[in-house]
Amino acid sequence: MDNNIIRFTYNVDGTDFTSAGQASVMLKKNLRQLGISPDTIRRASIAMYEGEINMVIHADGGVAEIEVSEECITIMLKDSGPGIKDINQAMQEGFSTAPDDVRSLGFGAGMGLPNMKRYSDHMEIESELGVGTTITMKINI
Amino acid sequence: MKITTVKELLEAKVVWGEELIGKHVYSACGSDMMSDVLAYVKDQSVLLTGLVNSQVIRTAEMMDMVCIVFVRSKVPNQEMIELAKESGIVLLATDKRLYDACGILYSNGLCGNGVRRG
Ligand SMILES: Nc1ncnc2c1ncn2[C@@H]1O[C@H](COP(=O)(O)OP(=O)(O)O)[C@@H](O)[C@H]1O
Ligand SMILES: [Mg+2]
Repeated sequence: MDNNIIRFTYNVDGTDFTSAGQASVMLKKNLRQLGISPDTIRRASIAMYEGEINMVIHADGGVAEIEVSEECITIMLKDSGPGIKDINQAMQEGFSTAPDDVRSLGFGAGMGLPNMKRYSDHMEIESELGVGTTITMKINI
Repeated sequence: MKITTVKELLEAKVVWGEELIGKHVYSACGSDMMSDVLAYVKDQSVLLTGLVNSQVIRTAEMMDMVCIVFVRSKVPNQEMIELAKESGIVLLATDKRLYDACGILYSNGLCGNGVRRG
């Protein structure tokens, strides 16, 4: 079974907002090559994209590890940023600690984490203040 | 509606994608907040926005959109044009404001929610 798992790893650069989203675009291309249905690819890509943007604006970047099995796409986003103080609060639509300059870039509406939950079939957040955040999302195929 | 019609209705110019403007679009949405686009939009094909950065193109790419209309005379830079080329997304630019541009398309039958009117 394990040899049926395909893995992708992307580094997410936290220094340059212009490049934020690059990893998600690459993931989308890679998933297309695997012949996964467009709807599933879209859900995975949007979830990954919001998570990638969060890593850039809230955590100075990180690493995205993706596993594709016969049953599901697992997206693991790991960063060594400040961590999330109150996960329940962060999950609420509209809650955001993003500064105004991020808002003028089109993000920071406090919809990212809710979107990630909406588009994935399972989502888990592990976060420790001052240590970092790991978010795991599963999207069924 | 074809992208050509969108172009004509909005008196827009084609920034990139002249050869793709014969494509059909069935729905649209307008916003400057990309997370709103990612949250509420389903099976949309046209994104109207006053925001100009690379994330606009990537957002459209994530949503499988085929056309972006930049309103209020905003013009995308070369990097954005390159990204749009890679994704096959038509870029239009119009002098109209977001509300007006959306209203014109809506009243001509291009709906919000992924369904075709009439
Ligand atoms: N990777 C992360 N590291 C630290 N904080 C995060 C991270 N992701 C999200 N957050 C926190 O959760 C809040 C809500 O996130 P989100 O719903 O994506 O909204 P937004 O990014 O628009 O602020 C953020 O404002 C931030 O405080
Ligand atoms: Mg966010």
